[in-house]
Amino acid sequence: MKFGILVNEGPYTHQASDSAYHFTAAALRAGHEIVRVFFYHDGVNNGTRLSVPPQDDRNVSERWSALAEEHDVELILCVAAAQRRGLLDEDEAKRAGKNADNMAPGFQISGLGQLIDAGIQADRTVVFGD
Amino acid sequence: MSVLHIVNKSPYDRNSLDACLRLAQPDSAILLIEDGVYAAIPKASASERVQQALNNHQIYALQPDLQARGINPDNLIDGISLVDYDGFVKLTTDYDKSQSWL
Repeated sequence: MKFGILVNEGPYTHQASDSAYHFTAAALRAGHEIVRVFFYHDGVNNGTRLSVPPQDDRNVSERWSALAEEHDVELILCVAAAQRRGLLDEDEAKRAGKNADNMAPGFQISGLGQLIDAGIQADRTVVFGD
Repeated sequence: MSVLHIVNKSPYDRNSLDACLRLAQPDSAILLIEDGVYAAIPKASASERVQQALNNHQIYALQPDLQARGINPDNLIDGISLVDYDGFVKLTTDYDKSQSWL
């Protein structure tokens, strides 16, 4: 089956990004296809590569990046939510006249249309948030 | 159209479980995850409502979230079934759609 995943909450807040990660990993384990993981609202904070959690804690964004690399999963941050919260890839940083970007590997910035498209393509859309 | 209702907040914190129970159709199921698993504890003030709901719905609780909160999975409200993440994925495929009560 094809799954779309929506993550509306940032990492280390409550539990939504952890639940979404474990669900996505389990779905892949079962042989399902993940059409896309879409990060919206504070969920875009999952996509920073500058987070430095304690060594004995999970690294939420690295974990997503590893999943994306291993299983070719599309990780999309909503552009408007990302700009507001200072989540920038190289292009967005240049466009906004900022001297740095902070996008973790495997994450891309795109529009809300990608969420709608995931909902259309997927057999099931599962939402994680606060 | 069968629906899997996903509740992630404690009934002692939010009213999302009550809203869900009020609106869920009889052929739909309820999955308790994150703080939602507190609803599975017996002999508490929300237990009777959950017990009642078991007459019309299958109710599942996510085992790793019970464990993370020190809730003994052998001592839940009678009739609640346990699932792990693989079971969670299976439930979303068994029902036509899922509704997260955020």
